[in-house]
Amino acid sequence: MSEAIEAEQSFVDKFPDEARIVRAALLSSFLALALGAIFGIIQTLHRTGVFRGIISSTDYYTSLTAHGVFLAISFTTFFLVGLFTWAVTRSLDRPLIDIRITWTWYAIMAVGMTMTGVSILAGFVPALDMSADVLFTFYAPLQAHPLFYAGLAVFIVGSWIAGADWFRTFLAWKRDHPDERIPLQTFMVLTTMAMWYIASSAVAASVLIFLLPWSLGFIDQVNPTLTRTLFWFFGHPVVYFWLMPAYLLWYTVLPKIAGGRLFSDPLARVVFVLFLLLSTPVGIHHQYLDPGIAEGFKFISMTNTMFLLLPSLLTAFTVVASVEYGARQRGGTGLLGWLTDLPWRDPAFTGMMLAGLMFAAGGFSGMVNAGMNINYMIHNTIWVPGHFHLTVGTAVALTFMAATYWIWPQISNKPIFSRSIGLFQVVLWFIGMALMSNAMHAQGIMGVPRRTAEPEYSGFDYPTMFGGFEELNIQIAIGGTLLFVSTVLFMGNLVLTMGNPKVSGLAESLPPALSGPDDAPRVLDSLRLWVGIALTLVVLAYALPLAAIIQRGGLLGPGVGTYPVWLAPALDALAGAVTPLVGAVGEATASLVEVGR
Amino acid sequence: MHIHAYEKLWLAASILLILLLIGSVTYGAVGPGVAMVSDSEQPIDAQGLDEDERFSEPRVEQVGDNEYAAYVVAYQFGFTPDPIVVPENSTVTFYVTSRDVIHGFEVVGTNANTMVVPGEVSEITVEVDGSKEYGLICNEYCGAGHHVMEGNVNVVSQEEFENRNSGGDDA
Repeated sequence: MSEAIEAEQSFVDKFPDEARIVRAALLSSFLALALGAIFGIIQTLHRTGVFRGIISSTDYYTSLTAHGVFLAISFTTFFLVGLFTWAVTRSLDRPLIDIRITWTWYAIMAVGMTMTGVSILAGFVPALDMSADVLFTFYAPLQAHPLFYAGLAVFIVGSWIAGADWFRTFLAWKRDHPDERIPLQTFMVLTTMAMWYIASSAVAASVLIFLLPWSLGFIDQVNPTLTRTLFWFFGHPVVYFWLMPAYLLWYTVLPKIAGGRLFSDPLARVVFVLFLLLSTPVGIHHQYLDPGIAEGFKFISMTNTMFLLLPSLLTAFTVVASVEYGARQRGGTGLLGWLTDLPWRDPAFTGMMLAGLMFAAGGFSGMVNAGMNINYMIHNTIWVPGHFHLTVGTAVALTFMAATYWIWPQISNKPIFSRSIGLFQVVLWFIGMALMSNAMHAQGIMGVPRRTAEPEYSGFDYPTMFGGFEELNIQIAIGGTLLFVSTVLFMGNLVLTMGNPKVSGLAESLPPALSGPDDAPRVLDSLRLWVGIALTLVVLAYALPLAAIIQRGGLLGPGVGTYPVWLAPALDALAGAVTPLVGAVGEATASLVEVGR
Repeated sequence: MHIHAYEKLWLAASILLILLLIGSVTYGAVGPGVAMVSDSEQPIDAQGLDEDERFSEPRVEQVGDNEYAAYVVAYQFGFTPDPIVVPENSTVTFYVTSRDVIHGFEVVGTNANTMVVPGEVSEITVEVDGSKEYGLICNEYCGAGHHVMEGNVNVVSQEEFENRNSGGDDA
């Protein structure tokens, strides 16, 4: 029924308040993308030695922190909250309960990210005794300015309220439709958020109990292994938090763009349940090389990690099957001949397909990372960022950009300025990433480290394989430059789209799946059951390791020092920072709201 | 629940792949005996390394027949001893700890790679073969001078190793 109405009315016609907040969230996301891209191009030229004139090698780490936090946290999460708001509203076919609550969580997230962003960018200004050059992982005992930790906590709390907003809207729908299956998109949102609550609780605890009080001087020291483990408790599931919105788009939007419909609704539900269950009890695989954690715990984490391949392998099947169905509906024939009958000129389609293709490549390098013993060859080498630029940097980022070409007209009634530029942009991203990521993987096998301003050393030369170190550096620099150009084209196209006049007739409906929810066992919709099992698995995977870590090093650490990357006494700096910040945050929020209209 | 026949086949193949991957890691552990960095060493006082028997004077010493122990301290921004000199065709166990923040310990181009966490001692055992000079780098960001943190692991002939130890003790 909702489809019939949508055929006439676009999302923004029907839900203007929700559409406004979706636009605001996406624009916040793209602001972070633009900032991240600027630091990205600076880094790619600096690290490879092509041009080191923009920043000093010391400031490289400020840039790297900004690149990581703005892209991995801000770009991804703001896109997610925008997309999920759209998905819940659309699939339940009803407005959110109270749009003021919705704006409240958006504002809290924006304030939190502004606090963290200011603390990072202040690292470029020597006159300010403020810095957060601790990178995206903020491993203690390197210590950032308190504003960095406080902002992260505020941001996460905002995301929790967002989740509650969607749950409440769902419960209101449920009262009106007691016997209906949870619509697929809402099911995906709810399972993803359930996973997020479990995962982010650990990093929130780490920040609020240990890192923030420590940076304010209330406690002298922390246990580095404990805070690191709590980070990775969150740090692995967060990659699925990035990925789930892309999966939502691959399952529910891509088949439609391909001209068909989703192959199997039940399996889509199974996949999201598997992610809820398995995303969290695997974080120790990031700590295979940590002392102070028993080999047995690492082995358990490894087996869980391998099983986490299952939902992604199932997704590969379902997505390809759905696209093939679409192609055959469009008249495609033959074993592979149907591939030519797909809408390759559509940037939304081609972008998502290329993103999925690269995700497959990322999956293979991920299997190497997960392999506990071969991991020793590549741990903390540039292979690892090579891997996650395929996953979050392409599977997620390129899907988000491609989806924007499809979704933006529906939330604004404005047609895309140029679909040809869009098509060129997504293909350029693919080519740039193919070059950059391939060379990063190859350098990683040579032993070139990640996270360094100058990967060349005085005491030795790297072994030569797959081309020498210098040749691969050139590949990285060219690839990184193409990615930057692609981002500029995306942003430009979007800005020009926003200048287009409003038109009608941009509504797009989403067809139901071939094998619908009635084919799915009802137990799949029992969120309480799945959350219960997920919590049990987390306790099984983490209770003993955490107890052992605390027993070894103590809750507050084994006598490790404090190494601030910022200089002034905490409270002075905090007071100095907060005053101008309040004004800046107010203005930033106001202008974002303005742009969102 | 209706599942397409091809999808069942795919599901079975996927589970097989997963079991093979787990099997290969298990085989690596119990067959060739690839050991992980583990919790084998006791925690240590990172700020009291100067009083520690092993780390007050980081060094390489013989601990058995053709077996050597290398005690290494990582700090902002270097390693001691530097270079770490070990004899060829021997078994070397590195005990690495940090004086300050989290570091990495990576012998470039090999799988001798571990995190170095203050308060903990990382233990890794490697077989070294012929004489060669290896680069040693920190592969975890450790502060503003991270990119200058490097050292060397020099594998030398048995003769040269003994000369170094009996002569000037600079290893």
